[in-house]
Order: sequence, then C-alpha cells, then structure tokens
Amino acid sequence: MSRHTLSVLVEDKPGVLTRVASLFARRAFNINSLAVGPTEVPGISRMTVVVDADGDLIEQVTKQLNKLINVIKIVELTSESSVQRDHILVKVRADAATRLQVTQAADLFRAAVVDVSTDSLVIEATGTPEKLAALLSVLEPFGIREIVQSGTLAVGRGSRSMSDRALRSA
Amino acid sequence: MSKGSPISPSLMATKSAGAAKAPDRAERTAEHAVVADLAAASPVLGPNNVVPPTVMTGSQAIVRSLEELGVDDIFGLPGGAILPTYDPLMASSMNHVLVRHEQGAGHAAQGYAMVTGRVGVCIATSGPGATNLVTAIMDAHMDSVPLVAITGQVSSGVIGTDAFQEADIVGITMPITKHSFLVTDPNDIPHVMAEAFHLASTGRPGPVLVDVAKDAQVGEMTFSWPPKVDLPGYRPVTRGHNKQVREAAKLIAASSKPVLYVGGGVVKAHASAELRALAEATGAPVVTTLMAKGVFPDSHPQHMGMPGMHGSVSAVTALQQADLLITLGARFDDRVTGVLKTFAPMAKVIHADIDPAEISKNRPADVPIVGSVKEIIPELTEAVRTQFEASGVPDLTTWWAFLNNLKETYPLGWTEPEDGLTAPQKVIERIGALTGPEGVYVAGVGQHQMWAAQFIKYERPHAWLNSGGAGTMGYAVPAAMGAKVGEPDRVVWAIDGDGCFQMTNQELATCAINNIPIKVAVINNSSLGMVRQWQTLFYEGRYSNTDLNTGHDTVRIPDFVKLGEAYGCASFRCERDEDIDATIQKALEINDRPVVIDFVVSPNSMVWPMVPAGVSNDQIQVARNMTPEWEEED
Repeated sequence: MSRHTLSVLVEDKPGVLTRVASLFARRAFNINSLAVGPTEVPGISRMTVVVDADGDLIEQVTKQLNKLINVIKIVELTSESSVQRDHILVKVRADAATRLQVTQAADLFRAAVVDVSTDSLVIEATGTPEKLAALLSVLEPFGIREIVQSGTLAVGRGSRSMSDRALRSA
Repeated sequence: MSKGSPISPSLMATKSAGAAKAPDRAERTAEHAVVADLAAASPVLGPNNVVPPTVMTGSQAIVRSLEELGVDDIFGLPGGAILPTYDPLMASSMNHVLVRHEQGAGHAAQGYAMVTGRVGVCIATSGPGATNLVTAIMDAHMDSVPLVAITGQVSSGVIGTDAFQEADIVGITMPITKHSFLVTDPNDIPHVMAEAFHLASTGRPGPVLVDVAKDAQVGEMTFSWPPKVDLPGYRPVTRGHNKQVREAAKLIAASSKPVLYVGGGVVKAHASAELRALAEATGAPVVTTLMAKGVFPDSHPQHMGMPGMHGSVSAVTALQQADLLITLGARFDDRVTGVLKTFAPMAKVIHADIDPAEISKNRPADVPIVGSVKEIIPELTEAVRTQFEASGVPDLTTWWAFLNNLKETYPLGWTEPEDGLTAPQKVIERIGALTGPEGVYVAGVGQHQMWAAQFIKYERPHAWLNSGGAGTMGYAVPAAMGAKVGEPDRVVWAIDGDGCFQMTNQELATCAINNIPIKVAVINNSSLGMVRQWQTLFYEGRYSNTDLNTGHDTVRIPDFVKLGEAYGCASFRCERDEDIDATIQKALEINDRPVVIDFVVSPNSMVWPMVPAGVSNDQIQVARNMTPEWEEED
C-alpha cells in the first residue's frame, strides 16, 4: 500500500461532497484525508483526496471517481511534482514555567502562537505531514490538549493550471 | 400550448408539429431513428423542436419537456407531492399507465426500455412512493437499463424537517443511480430533464432520478426548447482506440483457442449484426451471458451457450480452456467467473467496454478498448480481416473438435422427476417452442429464470428480459407489462415462479384494465425453488422457510387460477404433461385480456449444470456430484 494524492476538480453542486465520500465508502476505498474549497473559476471546486492504495486499486478509484457526473477532472500529484501541505492547530499545556520552552519549540518549526491563556497556548503550523508529526512529537511532553488538522492541500509545481486545461477540454 | 417548430426542415417529415394523438408504431420507429441520428449532433433527445420562451408552471414544464424529449409512454402512480404534475399530464398526448405499486412502474419502465432501446420513464410521489421505486432503480443500475425516474418531493421550504411523506430519495438512491437531480427552481426543469435523458441513454446506460420539490412544480417559469445541456464532467468515449483495435486483431490472429465472451452491452448497443460479422470473420466460438441471450442466435453453429454458474458445459469449458477472451460489453461478473483467480487461467484478455471502470476491475485486460461496441466491433472485424490476410488465418480445427465434442457429450437437458409431477423444464421448453423466437420472454428470478435462459431458443436480441445483476424477485409481471406496452404486436410471456409471482402480481389489474394482454406462466413448484435447491445440495435437505404451499397436495394459498380470475385474466391450471401444449395454445389464442396459467410442477427438479459457489468453474457438475471428465489436453 502506498499513499496517493488526487486532485479532483468538481462542479460546485449540492451533494457533490457526499457523492465523492460515499463512493469511497461503498467501493471500500479508504480516504486518508480530504480537503475541499473553491477555485479561481466560479462554480468549480477542488478536492484534494489522499488515499492509501496499491497501484491497481488507485486506478479503479480514479475510474470510479471519473464516472461521477459532477467530477470534471482528476490528476494524481506525486510528491516530486507538487507542493503538498497540511495545516494544524494544536492546544498545548503551557504555564509560566514551560511557556518559553513551548514557544521556542514552535519557533524552530516556524509555527505561530495564535492564542495564549494562563495555562495553555494554541500553535498554528503548516507543512508536510512529516514536519507536523515532528512538531507534535516535540510538543507532546508538555501535554497536548487538542489537535485540529486539515486535509492535505496540494498543487502541481510550475506554471500550468489544472483548471485551465480541464475547462478548455470541457 | 404551441408545439413549436422543428429546428431544421429536414426533420419535419418525421414528426408533424402539433400532433394531437400518439404517433403510431411506424412513426415511432422513424422518429426513433431520427433521435439516434440527432444524438450525435445534439445532446437533447427528441426532435429538438424550437419552442420560444413561454410562461408556464413547473409541472407543465415537466410534461412539456417529456413531450419534447419524444416520450410516448410513462408508468406511474400519483400522490400528494407529485399531484401538480399529474394535472397537466391528463391533457397530454403521452400515454400514462397507472400502476398498482410504484415498484411495478419502475420494472415496467425497465421492460419498456429493454425491448425498445428507448428510455423508460416512471413517476412516483415523495416518501414511500419514491422508496417503492428503489428496487427497480437498483435493478436498472445493475443491468445498465436507461431509466428516468421522476419523483415528487416536499416543498423546498420544509425539506429536512421530516415533513409528511418526506424522504431524502436523492440520498437514498445515490449509490444506485448513474446520476440524480433535486430540482427546487422551476426554471431548471427543462435542462435537468434533457440532461437526465441524455445521461440515461448515452455512454453506459443507467437510471437517473429527477426529484422535483412541490413548490418547483407549482411555481411559474419560462419554458423554452431545446435547453442547453451543461455537463462538463460527462464525456463518454464511443470510438475505440485504433491502435488497441489493431493490437486486439494481432492477438486474435495469434490465438488457437479464442472465445468471444459477449455480454449485455452488445444488446444495449444494438450491435447484434456487427457481432455476427465478427464471429464469422474470426471463426471463434461465442458464449452469451445471461444478459446477452439472443444477441447471437442460439441456433448458430458457433454458439456455445451461456457461461456461468448454470451455464452449459461447452460454454463454461470454452472459457476455462481458452487462450484468448474477446470480451465485448461484459463485466466478469462473479456468476460468470466463479472463483476469479481460477477463471480462464490460460487466457489473454481483450476487453471492450464503454465504461472504463469495468476494464481491469475484476480481471486485468491485456488489450483494453474503451468505447461503444457498436463502433468497436466493425473496426475489429476489419482489423482482423487485414491481420488474417497478412499473417494467415489461425487454425482452430483442434479447438473446434474439442468444443463440438463437449457440446455433443454434455447437451442441456433434464431428467423426469421421480415424484411423477411435471418437469418444469418441459413446460418452459414448450412455451418457447410453441411461441417461437419472435416472442418476448420475461423471467423472474430463481430456478425458472435459469430454465427459461436454458430451454427457450433465442434467435434475436431484446427477446429475453430478466433481472440479471440485481436478481429481483417480482421483476417478471411488471417488466412484461412494460415490454408489451413497448412492443404491443409481440407475444409477451412472463415466465414466473410461484414465489416471484406473489411479489408483484397486482399489476395484473393494470394489465387487464389498460388492455395490456401479457401471458403469465407461473412455474409453480410450491416453493422458493432456487433456495430449496441450495438447501437440498448444501444444507442436508433442511428446508427452512422455503415451502410456499401453492402446489400439488397443499392448501394452494393463493389459488392462482382464482387470483387470475379476480384480476380479470383468463386463468388455467395445468397439472399433467399431456395438457401442456393445449394449455399454451389456448393462451396464445387469447389476446383480449391477460392470461395466467398455473403450471403445477415438481418441487424436486434442480437446475443443472451447476458450478457450486466458491469453487472453480472446472468443478462444474452436470448433475449432482457428477463432474465431466476432461479430455487430456496435449
């Protein structure tokens, strides 16, 4: 099993997220993460879906996704040819004695402190899943209270635009 | 209401503007041909009449859209949330058949679509009306039947509040439709209807649901035609890739044991003639799956029969021993392959299908060809001829000697039951023989379905209808009704079981009242026969809940003859071998009302051959615990 990142352009129509998510469920494919948002083209949304699957299965996932009428285009983004980022908010225990250590750890990861209270901090960080895992392992000894993490966002390197090409061929 | 004017004068001949009555059959056929021609040019079905902007209600727009799309017949049942649409429907020239249960409307629309090749249309109200369609929608999804289901929905303002008769039918049917729409703005109706019909009928056909909120039916809108079809994510490929077709021809030329593995896609694509040309050009044996019966004539010497769990020894063995499968519009269903990893172990695979997701889904393809078999098969035939000229015609003599020997040694047949009752196979064989290949045969699901597939001789496509992928008991009567509406001049038999018949026989009322004279043969073995067969074979004869008490030496509840009579049908009972032919003849002579025949048969007959579940097709049994002895190869 290997990890694959799919960028999926979809029509921004009611139920499209359900269609995609339930397709994964009923075909017994596992979604590792999912991020959805609008694009530069009105009416078109982009989903970034990370799945764990071997080669044959990922081909089947892609073909089944393509059968959804609201799905316009699917591209698999490899880690070499794309930039991939996760976004995380972590609430960490930090009192007067440990606050400095925690903020220093955050600095090392170029993470920002976005909320402070007497006994906790909220740290915001962006990066690859590996970098965020490393951040969490450093913060862990202080006591992690809450983690909120987005799905992976990914975009191909270079000047080409996925939606440009998709809409021209549509 | 103006009918508008045709978009191009050349189309005027085929459909006169403002035709008040439903066109007759000849006109319909001509119109259908035009529809097919136009399909390439316009994604909007029907003659593409131009209708200038006209103000009307949403419900009038639904009816008008259906008319403009060329719909002649609709099956449905009204209720609160679809009431507004039933009002203008009353004034329409379209024929609406009022069913007795919405499931019947769905299967009738399927039967109609299967015999005519056109989109079947069914209508139901919200909530339970819509959920009663679910089985038929799922059935159409599994068997790729072009179907548009229109359902009423509660008003958009109360959607999500558990309003009276509210069901999230779009959500419920999402996994079993090709696509679905929820309409809350009446202005969306024309383009949604056109898109629904386009989706249902093109690419891999399938069911499309259009759920229309009540306020969208009541509200005013501006109707114009043809609408713009906007489906940027839908681009079915019809033309096969040239290079792949040539690769396929090379494999065929290099094969000494090829088999044409033909599925229902070839029926859907109307490519029966093209298939025959390919079969004769290659000289390869042909197997037709349950969904493809008739697309290649049973009487053709190259026909090996049906493959699969209850397939003929010759068809199953041809696939197992093949070195090349030329797969056309088939999907390697588990009922065909048995244990997948032991299926056709020596074969390379050419797989042509319009749905790219079917290719390499179950069995990896060596040469995948995505496209319509209607276009691929003639190109492949041409490529094969060219290849044979270049590299010689392969010698299939040894292969044919082996297969013909199998065909002769293991023909389909049955043994007379030991209880002295009639063999069900005999009844079905006689129905086919006395009715002939021009009839339409619609089966339910179970033993009688398999016998109807085995013992009726199919010589043409669209003559055999059944619930293949879904296995829906209760399919036969309503689907036969729909088939008879679609092809009123043909004899239409529902070959049903006593279990299946009790699920949907209320449509006999619909048939009797609307002059839809189908013929129902209830193959009455007094039990859920296929389940009972498995209990005999795999559960030591413990008959848990399979006795229906409808047959010989039982209380006969219900009495099918009385039931048929209560529904206004001519009804007979046949219990003796010597009465079979006369009873069938009597049924064939009645055309003013439906016929129900209670054929009382033995509960002990079993479907053979059989590949037991979970074993390789090599373990096919021609009778209980009897596996053919394979000739030594090489």
